[in-house]
Amino acid sequence: MSQFTLNLIFIGLSFALYIGIAIWARAGSTSEFYAANRGVSPVMNGMATAADWMSAASFISMAGLIAFTGYDNSTFLMGWTGGYVLLAMLLAPYLRKFGKFTVPEFIGDRFYSGTARIIGVICLLIISITYVIGQMTGVGVTFSRYLEVSNSTGLWIGAALVFCYAVLGGMKGITYTQVAQYIVLIIAYTIPAVFIALQLTGHVLPQTGLFGSLNGSDTKFLTTLDQVVTDLGFKSYTGHHGSTFNMVLFTLALMIGTAGLPHVIIRFFTVPKVSDARKSAGWALVFIALLYTVAPAVGSMSRFNLTTTMWPGAATGETFSQPAVSLDSIQNDPEKEWMRNWQVTGLLDWEDKNGDGLIQYYNDGGESEALAAVVTEQNLQGNELTTVNRDIMVLANPEIANLPGWVIAIVAAGGLAAALSTAAGLLLAISGAVSHDLVKGAINPNISEKGELLAARISMAVSILVATFLGLNPPGFAAQTVALAFGLAASSIFPVLMMGIFSKRINKQGAIAGMLAGILSTLLYIFTYKGWFFIAGTNMLEDTAANWLFGISPASFGVIGALINFGVAYVVSNATEEPPAHVQDLVESIRVPRGAGDAQAH
Amino acid sequence: MSDRQSSNAYWQANLKIIYVCIAIWALVSYGFAIILRPLLSGIKIGGTDLGFWFAQQGSILVFIVLIFFYAARMNKLDRDHGVDE
Repeated sequence: MSQFTLNLIFIGLSFALYIGIAIWARAGSTSEFYAANRGVSPVMNGMATAADWMSAASFISMAGLIAFTGYDNSTFLMGWTGGYVLLAMLLAPYLRKFGKFTVPEFIGDRFYSGTARIIGVICLLIISITYVIGQMTGVGVTFSRYLEVSNSTGLWIGAALVFCYAVLGGMKGITYTQVAQYIVLIIAYTIPAVFIALQLTGHVLPQTGLFGSLNGSDTKFLTTLDQVVTDLGFKSYTGHHGSTFNMVLFTLALMIGTAGLPHVIIRFFTVPKVSDARKSAGWALVFIALLYTVAPAVGSMSRFNLTTTMWPGAATGETFSQPAVSLDSIQNDPEKEWMRNWQVTGLLDWEDKNGDGLIQYYNDGGESEALAAVVTEQNLQGNELTTVNRDIMVLANPEIANLPGWVIAIVAAGGLAAALSTAAGLLLAISGAVSHDLVKGAINPNISEKGELLAARISMAVSILVATFLGLNPPGFAAQTVALAFGLAASSIFPVLMMGIFSKRINKQGAIAGMLAGILSTLLYIFTYKGWFFIAGTNMLEDTAANWLFGISPASFGVIGALINFGVAYVVSNATEEPPAHVQDLVESIRVPRGAGDAQAH
Repeated sequence: MSDRQSSNAYWQANLKIIYVCIAIWALVSYGFAIILRPLLSGIKIGGTDLGFWFAQQGSILVFIVLIFFYAARMNKLDRDHGVDE
């Protein structure tokens, strides 16, 4: 059976499953559409949250991010998991007790202000739209690579599928398809990882293999990896090379950004009780950790495999004991077919610069005595593996390790599941904000239940079309998800929610001033280095560490934005009158779990 | 948060548990994995040192334990104060 047929079967089966769930889980009321009627068990919600959270970036790019940077990019591992601790303790249980449908709705009620609610909607839309474009392009890329269709055809197929279950089922349909998608994506991620851990270290668990010894050797895997990459002039894998200050700040920005992402928060509105919301955050992190603890093993081991492919001697840690791989082998050997496959996509490329028939892969500016000797001796004219896209570390992983065709097909289905599940969660957050906060909250408060459900379905359909359009024509900000979406979530939504719960004194004026100060300072800082509205060439300062204010990178600035938000809100609130009694009662009521069941009749 | 501090004992007890959990949360991630890594570099583990393990695996495991610990403590607190569901 050809690889194409296998891919088609696995992707087709997974899609049939999602559509079956969509038909079974249709939504009949707004409560079902926005919050799955608050009937999702904590474990199921944990699984759905994990799929909601783990995007195309987690699935495809994260292992590669770690592979080529090593320890310094542990920020992503800690940052994208640590936020769940904050969610479980600082936000999720109280927002579940509040018992309404959207994040801006809480901001509007707690700060008794339609303006605050609208600011919340604007932040939510910027965050979620930035985020969803990445998912849509991810769907297009995966389709085109595995099903040999064009990028745009792939995108339309993905959009049509999301349309089926999101418009029909709302949160209910999305929740149960996300559970199915989680199962598909975790199987797809784990199987190749287990194979590779076994091949290299003899460990079944990639998590222990990472810290184990290489097969047939007493040397630890990480020791050998460090040796091999430093021989080639790269920075050591386990060493700390960047700024400690920025590492701390960036991790914190990712953590509070994660806790402030609306599409993650609304998942906790679907469980029956407040205690379930706490527990569910724990389950979500368990399911996320199943991928996040495997990712560093996948990253490091696939980097090792790539290096030993280029330098066969590296397998034993003696990098230069054998000559580099020959051009002839890359072009003709059956086990190097993956290199030829990926060269077609442009994610991998090589060039025999010195014409010696060998392809030498190394770091051009690297400082390594062993390397310097080889460069002189073999008359090297520069690194000859000219392109290595970090995404190949996951996508080509099964092929690099010579795994069977069905594993490759599963990885294709898993990548699609990761992108589609996150896209659906984001689209629900977007359409909820439009139909519930704008249509019902601001434009037509007297709309009937049936009318609102229809409005919700229409705004979902429109959101899908807009996301598809933006996926086909990605604007400049699409690539800035980490800086823009996490920066805004950290500097606006997380602080305003936290103050709304933990303080009774923060009032309308304080919340509005705080949010505006947080968002505007963060946007200003990002635009200063990345260009106004990310238009190339309009940046006022060059985006280099030397130019950054106190060495703070634009992607870490969300933390400072959050501090500004907290500070401004505190000062302004204390200078103006305290919130009315009914708002203070609201805060008292969300702090205790009892009565959450009644809150759904709303 | 300064004035009209909730005097409610349930809320104060909740805050105390949160402080402890957040302190551990920060210690394992920002402490052991990053800032204190040089101090812990003498403790070798699997070809590298303890700080690396915390950065790539340990802190995530501690986060999971923290959330379930918090959930369990809060369930007990809810019952003790008669505010459970």
